[in-house]
Amino acid sequence: MLIKLRAPGWYRAALFDVIGFAFAFGLVVLIRTLMHEHPVLDGYAITTVALIAVPLFFLVGLGVADYWFYWAAGKRTRPEDHSAHGARTWRDYFRVNTDHKVIGIQYVVTSFFFLLIGGLLAMLMRAELAQPGMQFVTPEQYNGLFSVHASLLIFLFVIPVFAGLANFVLPLMIGAPDMAFPRLNALSFWLLPIAGLMMLASFLAPGGSFASGWTAYAPLSTSLPLGQTFFTLAVQFAGASSIATALNFLVTIITMRAPGMSFFRMPLLVWANFSTSLLVVIATPFIAASQFFVLLDRALGFQFFNAFVGAGKNGNVIMYQHVFWFYSHPAVYIMMLPGFGIISEVLAVKARKPIFGYRMMAFSLLAIVVLGFTVWAHHMFVSGMAPWIRIPMMVTTAIIAIPTGIKVFSWLATLWRGVLRLDTPMLFALGFLTMFTLGGISGVMLAMIPFDIHVSATYFIVAHIHYVLFGGSLFTIFAGVYYWFPKMTGRMFDDRLGKLHFWLTFIFFNITFGPMHLIGIQGMPRRVADYAQQFATWNLIISLASFGLGLSTLVFLYNMVASWRGGPRAAANPWRALTLEWQVSSPPPIFNFDAVPTVVGGPYEYGVPGAVHGIFKSPAEARPTGTIATSPTPE
Amino acid sequence: MRKHPVVQLLLIGAIGTAIGLPIALAIPWFPAQAATQAHRIDTLYHVLLIVSVPIFVGVLSVVLYSVWKFRMKPGEEGKDGPPIHGNTRLEVVWTAAPAILIVALCTYAYTVLHANEVTKPGERTVNVIGEQFAWYFTYPSSPGKSVVTQQLYLPKGQPVVFKIHSRDVIHEFFVPAFRLQLAAVPGITTTLRATPDRLGVYSVVCNQLCGNGHATMRATVHVLTPAAFQAWLAKQPVQPSPGYSFSSTGGGAPAPAPAPAPSGKAGNGSATAAAGKAIFTGSGGCGACHTLADAGTTGAVGPNLGIRLVPDAKKRGLPLAAFINESITKPNAFIAPGYPAGVMPQTFGQTLTATQIQSLVAYLASVTK
Repeated sequence: MLIKLRAPGWYRAALFDVIGFAFAFGLVVLIRTLMHEHPVLDGYAITTVALIAVPLFFLVGLGVADYWFYWAAGKRTRPEDHSAHGARTWRDYFRVNTDHKVIGIQYVVTSFFFLLIGGLLAMLMRAELAQPGMQFVTPEQYNGLFSVHASLLIFLFVIPVFAGLANFVLPLMIGAPDMAFPRLNALSFWLLPIAGLMMLASFLAPGGSFASGWTAYAPLSTSLPLGQTFFTLAVQFAGASSIATALNFLVTIITMRAPGMSFFRMPLLVWANFSTSLLVVIATPFIAASQFFVLLDRALGFQFFNAFVGAGKNGNVIMYQHVFWFYSHPAVYIMMLPGFGIISEVLAVKARKPIFGYRMMAFSLLAIVVLGFTVWAHHMFVSGMAPWIRIPMMVTTAIIAIPTGIKVFSWLATLWRGVLRLDTPMLFALGFLTMFTLGGISGVMLAMIPFDIHVSATYFIVAHIHYVLFGGSLFTIFAGVYYWFPKMTGRMFDDRLGKLHFWLTFIFFNITFGPMHLIGIQGMPRRVADYAQQFATWNLIISLASFGLGLSTLVFLYNMVASWRGGPRAAANPWRALTLEWQVSSPPPIFNFDAVPTVVGGPYEYGVPGAVHGIFKSPAEARPTGTIATSPTPE
Repeated sequence: MRKHPVVQLLLIGAIGTAIGLPIALAIPWFPAQAATQAHRIDTLYHVLLIVSVPIFVGVLSVVLYSVWKFRMKPGEEGKDGPPIHGNTRLEVVWTAAPAILIVALCTYAYTVLHANEVTKPGERTVNVIGEQFAWYFTYPSSPGKSVVTQQLYLPKGQPVVFKIHSRDVIHEFFVPAFRLQLAAVPGITTTLRATPDRLGVYSVVCNQLCGNGHATMRATVHVLTPAAFQAWLAKQPVQPSPGYSFSSTGGGAPAPAPAPAPSGKAGNGSATAAAGKAIFTGSGGCGACHTLADAGTTGAVGPNLGIRLVPDAKKRGLPLAAFINESITKPNAFIAPGYPAGVMPQTFGQTLTATQIQSLVAYLASVTK
C-alpha cells in the first residue's frame, strides 16, 4: 500500500488531494489569524484557495511532474524508456502517458464526455423553454444551466477536441515520431478534466452554479455567490492547457517536420493548427487576465469593476468586456480554424482532387489570424463604449468575410468535377459548407451596426453562434472523427449508421436553430427562463427538435463504441489518401514511422498520375520523381 | 441539347434565387415599427437579405449540383478528378467581388447609423435608470426635480434622447419596437436617440443578464399624442430626482444636466404614508415587481402586497410594521411561499434612507389593513 501511495498514480493523487486541501485550509486559517479576521474559518476563502491548491497537488500526485522535480532537485532522472507508450487496455487511458496518440484519444474522449454533459444541460434548458412560464427550474438554476452549458462546450469541448484530433494526426502528418514536448503534452491533457469537473462541481456550491453566462460580465460576476469562483478558476486551468498545447504544436510544426516537408507542402490541417496555435498563445492570456481581475475583486476586494466605491468611483466596468473579448473573439477562430483544416483534408480526399488554390488557403488562414485581433469590440456595439470605436470594428469585421469567403469558394471549386465519395465524413463536410455559409452570412449582417443594435443579445445571436459553432465547428469535428476513426482505432465505423447520424443531426439542427433567427429579430431576448406568449409556438417547435437533436447523438455514440469494440479491421489507407498518416498501419506503430519519411511532393496531388507525397527512404536515397514538377512548391 | 455545367449551374442558382428571395422577403421578420429609426433598420435588413440570399443559394447550388453530377458512379472506385490546382483569375474575382460588396454595405450601414443617431432639434431628455430588477424613467422638470415613473411615456413625433444609467450591475435598455438598445452601465451615462412615430404600447426589455430576476425586468413604453403626453406629464407629482448610484455620499455618478439632487441620507421631510406611496411607485421601484391595488401597480415578480402582507406577517410572527421593515431591508429573512429566495435586491437598506423606509412602512401598513 505504501508503495502504491509513493508511486505516481491515482492512489498518490488521492492522497495529495487531501494534503492539498489541508494546505489550503491551513493557509487560510493562518493568514486570517495573522490579519485578525473573524471568523478565522471562512468557507468562502477556504474553497477559493482549495480550488487552486487541490488541482495542483492532484497533478503532482498523479505524476505529471515527477521528471521535472527529479531534474530540478539534481537527482537522477528516469529517462523515458517508452515502455508505457501505446494503450493495451482501456485502463491505460486513465494513466499519465506521453504518447501523442494516447493523449489524442484521451483528449477526444474526454471532450466528447463534456459534449454529452453540455448537451444534456441544453435539453434541460429547452424543457424549461418549451412553454412560457416557469415549469422545472428556478430562474437562478436556469441562469446556471446556460452558463455551464456554454462554458463546458467552449472550454471543454470545441477547443480541446480540436487539440485532441490534431494531437493524434498532426505529428503523423508531418512525419514526426511524437510531439516536441511529450511531458508538457501530458500535463496539458490532465489540466482539462480538472477544469471540466470544477465547472460541474459549481452546481454543488451554496447559491448554485455560476450564473453570469460564459461571458461572466462584471460587476454581475463579482457579486454572485460562490459558484462563480469555480468558473473563474476553471477557466485558468482550461486556458493553461490551451496555451501549453499551442506552444507544443508551434514547436512541433516548426522543428519536427520530416525532410522535404516545406511549409508549402504541409497539409492544410497542419497550417490550420499552426494558425490556431498562434491565436491561442497570443490571445489566451487575456481571458486569464480578465478572470484574475474578477477573482481579485471577488476574493480580495480589489474593486477593479466597482464604479461606486472609492474617492474617484473609478472602477471600470467596460474594461472587463474589452479584455474578455480580446480573447474571446479570437477564440471563435480558435474554435473554427482547425475545423477548416479538417474540411480541407476530407474534401480533397473524398472529391479526389487537389485543394483548389492551396496557397491562398494557407494565406487566408494567416489573414484570419491577423484580422481576428482587430474586431473584438463588435461584441460591444451596445455596451456603452465610445461610439466611434464601432465604425472601424464594423469594417474589420466585414473584411474577415473576404478570407473566409476565399476558403468557402475554394472548397466549392475543389468539389467541381471531382469524383465525390458521399460517405459519412464527406456528408458532414458538405453539411458544414452549407451551414457555415449561413452562419457566416448572419455574421456579416451582425457586423452592420444598426442591425446589430436591434438584435444584440437576442435569439438571433443564439442562432448565429450555433450555426457557426454547431453547424460549423461540430460538423467539422464529426467529419474529422469519422475520417480518422480507422486510423485512431484500427477499425472501420458503420457507414450506414454514420449517414443516419448525419441526416438526423442535419435536419434537427436546422429545425432547432433556424427559427431562432426569426424569434430573435422579433425581439426575444436570450438568457431568459421565461418569455412573452407570442414566442410560445416557435419555442415549442424548437424544444421538440432539440430533443431529436440530442437523441441523434446516441446513434453516433453507439456507432463509435460498437465499431471500436467489434468493427471490421481497417486497412492502412482505406480512403486512398496521400498524406503521411495514411501511409502507416492503422493504428500506427508506437513510434509512428519505422523509417523517417521523406516528402517529395504536395499533399493533395489527386489525379496526378503516379503522384506521391512522402516516401519511406532517406533524403539521400530519394530521387525526385516526375511528379514533383506538378507539386505546388519544390523548395 | 446538353448545356455546359457552368451554364446549368447558373440556371439552377437563378431559379433558386428567384424562389428563395421572395420567400425570404415575405417572412414577417419584424415586430411593430414604432420609431423612425426602426424604418431605416428594417430596410437595411431587407437589403442585407437581398444580398445574402443569392450568395447562400449559390453555395447551396454548387454543393447540390456537385453531389448530383460529380458523385462517384459504380465502376469509378479507382477514379480521380482532374488535377486542377487553381485558377488565378477566378481567385482574384472571388476576392475582389466580396471586397466591393463589403465596402458598399459598410457605407450604407454607416449612413443608416448616422441618420439614426444624429442630434435632432427639440429633443426631450428622459433619464432611464436600471436596477435589479426594475426600470424607472425620470423627466427633469426643474433643477433637482423630476417626474419619476415606472412606465415610459413618450409623445409621438418628438425626438427623445435617453440618458441611461445603472444603479448596480449592467442592464440593457431594449425597445424592440424601436429596434434600439443600449447598455445601462454603472458609473457612466450612455446616450440613445429615438423618435417614436406610432401610437401604441410596446415592451421595454432588459437585454443584459443582470441576475435572478433578469427575465422579469420589463416595463412598457406608451407612445401618446403630444397633447395626451402633456396632459399625462402635468398630472404626475414632481419629486427630487433620484440618484444614479448606491454611493452613500449621495449624488450621482457623472452628473447629467440638470444635476440630480442627492438621494442620500440628507433626505428631509417626515415619514408619511403619502411620501411612501410616491417612493413605492417612483424612486423605490417597488411597483415594478409587486402588485398593489392602492398604488395601481401590477408587477408579478414578487407577491401581491395588498393581499399577502397581513397573512405573511402572521406566519412570520411579527407585527405588521416590523415585518414590512424586515422584508424591505432583509428580504431573505422570510420568503413568501411559492416565491424563490434571492430575487429581491438586498440593498434597499442602503439605498433608501431611514426616513424613506419609514414612509414605505407607513404606507404599506396603511393600505393592507
